[in-house]
Amino acid sequence: MQQLVDQLIQEGYFEGVPKDFVYTGFMVLVALLVLSFFVAPLAGITSWLERRVWARIQSRVGPNRVGPQGILQWLADGIKNLLKEDIIPTAADKRLFALAPYVVFVGFFATFVVIPFGSQLIVADLNIGILYLLAITSLVVVGILMAGWSSNNKWSLLGGMRSAAQIVSYEIPAGLALLTIVFAAGTLSMQGIIKAQGWAPWDWLLFYNPFTFAAFFLYFTAALAEGNRTPFDIPEAESELVAGYVTEYSGMRFLFFFFAEWGNLYVIGAIATTLFLGGWQIPPITDHPVLVGILQFIVFFLKAYLWVFVAMWVRGTLPRVRVDQLMSLCWKYMVPLSFICLLGTAAWMVIWPQGNRVASFVMFLIGVAILGLFFRRVRFQIRHAQPVLYWKPYI
Amino acid sequence: MRDPYFPLLVVFFFAAAIVLSLLLIAHLLGPKSSSPVKGEPFESGNPPKGDARIRFPVKFYLVGMLFLIFDIEVVFLYPWAILFRELGVFGLIEMGIFLLILVVGFVYAWKKGALEWA
Repeated sequence: MQQLVDQLIQEGYFEGVPKDFVYTGFMVLVALLVLSFFVAPLAGITSWLERRVWARIQSRVGPNRVGPQGILQWLADGIKNLLKEDIIPTAADKRLFALAPYVVFVGFFATFVVIPFGSQLIVADLNIGILYLLAITSLVVVGILMAGWSSNNKWSLLGGMRSAAQIVSYEIPAGLALLTIVFAAGTLSMQGIIKAQGWAPWDWLLFYNPFTFAAFFLYFTAALAEGNRTPFDIPEAESELVAGYVTEYSGMRFLFFFFAEWGNLYVIGAIATTLFLGGWQIPPITDHPVLVGILQFIVFFLKAYLWVFVAMWVRGTLPRVRVDQLMSLCWKYMVPLSFICLLGTAAWMVIWPQGNRVASFVMFLIGVAILGLFFRRVRFQIRHAQPVLYWKPYI
Repeated sequence: MRDPYFPLLVVFFFAAAIVLSLLLIAHLLGPKSSSPVKGEPFESGNPPKGDARIRFPVKFYLVGMLFLIFDIEVVFLYPWAILFRELGVFGLIEMGIFLLILVVGFVYAWKKGALEWA
C-alpha cells in the first residue's frame, strides 16, 4: 500500500498537498473500502450462506425469497433491524450497555488491519502481527463481559461470565498453536510468515512436521470456541440461557454482536490460511502485477472461505457440549497437547534447522490420504441416503 | 505518518464511527415508546425477581487466575520462538527448564481440582 501511495506522489498526482495528509487520506479510503465493499457483505452473505447450508444439512430449503436464491436476505435483515426500536432496560447500567457493541465491533474490525489478502493488499504489515491479533481479539471478551454485566439480567450475566471464561481458556491453546508456526517461520509478521511458505502444498507450514499438522486442528478448534460457535456455543445456548449476553439487546445493537460473530468466522479462516495454508502464494504463472494481485486475492479468499464452510458444516452436524466438558477439553486435553506440539516443533528445528523436505512431502501425502478416506466415507453415506433425498442437493 | 501503527488508530475510529452512525440512523428511524413493563429485565415471562447483581461461583475467578498465569507465560514464549534459530540447543534447554517449572504448577493445579468444573 505504502509503495503505491509513494509512487502516486512521485508521479505528481498530489502536488501541493502535504505528504502526511495524502497518507491519511489513503488510509481512511482503504478502511472505508474494506468495510463497505468487503466486510459488511461478507458477514451478511456468510449469515445467509450459513442458513442455507444448515438448511440443506437438515433437508430444509432455508431462506430463498429475497433476491436470487435468497442471497439478499442479509440486506433485508439489516434494514429490518435499522427500523426497530433501541430498547435499553431501566435497570441496566446505561453507559456500559451502550458501549459494549462498540467494543465488540472495534475488536472484530481491527483484526482486518493485519490480514494479508495479497502481497500488496494489506492495511498495515505490523512486525508483531500475530501478537496484535491475539491482543485485539481479547477486546471482544471485554465487550462481552460489559454486555453481560451491564444488562442487569440473570441470563445475560451467566452468558457473559461463561463466555468470558470460555474465551480466555481457549486463548491459551490458540496462542500456543500459533506459536508453533512462529517457530517454523521465525517471524511474527503476517507477510513474513506467508513468505516463509511456498505455493505448493508441501511447502505450507501445515505440513512442516507432524506437530504443526496437529497444531492446525488445535487452532481451528480453539478458534471456534473463541468465536462462540457450535459445538462450543454455550454462552448463547438458546435452550438454557435464552440468548446469553445479548438477551437484553435489540435492533441495531443486537445486530452488531452477530455481525462481529459472522465476520469473525472469516477472520478465523483467514488466520488459518495465512499461518498454515500458504496464504496468497500462487504458482509463478504470470508477471502482470494486477493479474497477480487478483489471483492472490482469489486464492486467499477461497482458502479462507473453505474454513468458513467447514465451521458451518460443524455447526450443522455436531451437538453442543456441556460446560464442564468444554472446560476440561480445553485445560486437560488441548493445553497439554499444544505444549507437546510446541516442544516437538522446537526439537524438530534443533534436529533439522532448515526443515525436512522429505518429511514435509510425506506429511502432505498423509494429509491427502486422510482427505481421500474422508471423502470416500462421505460418498458412501450419501449413496446410502439417496432414497431419502427427494431432490438433488444444491445450495 | 509513516508509522505502521497509524492505520490502527484510523481503523479504530472508523469502526467506532460506523457503529455510531448506524445506531444514529436506527435511532432516527425506529419507533420510540417506553413503559415500565418494557424496561424490565427479561426473565422468561415471569415477573422479575430481584436484580442480577448477585454473587456468582468462584470458579470463574479461578479460570481467570489460571488464564493470567498461562497467558503471560505464552507472551514470554514469543521472543524465544522468534530467536530460536539463533539460540539452538541452548534455547531449547533453557526454555525446557522454564516450561518444566510451569508444568509442575499445572500438575499441582490439576491435582488440587482447579481444572474441575462441577
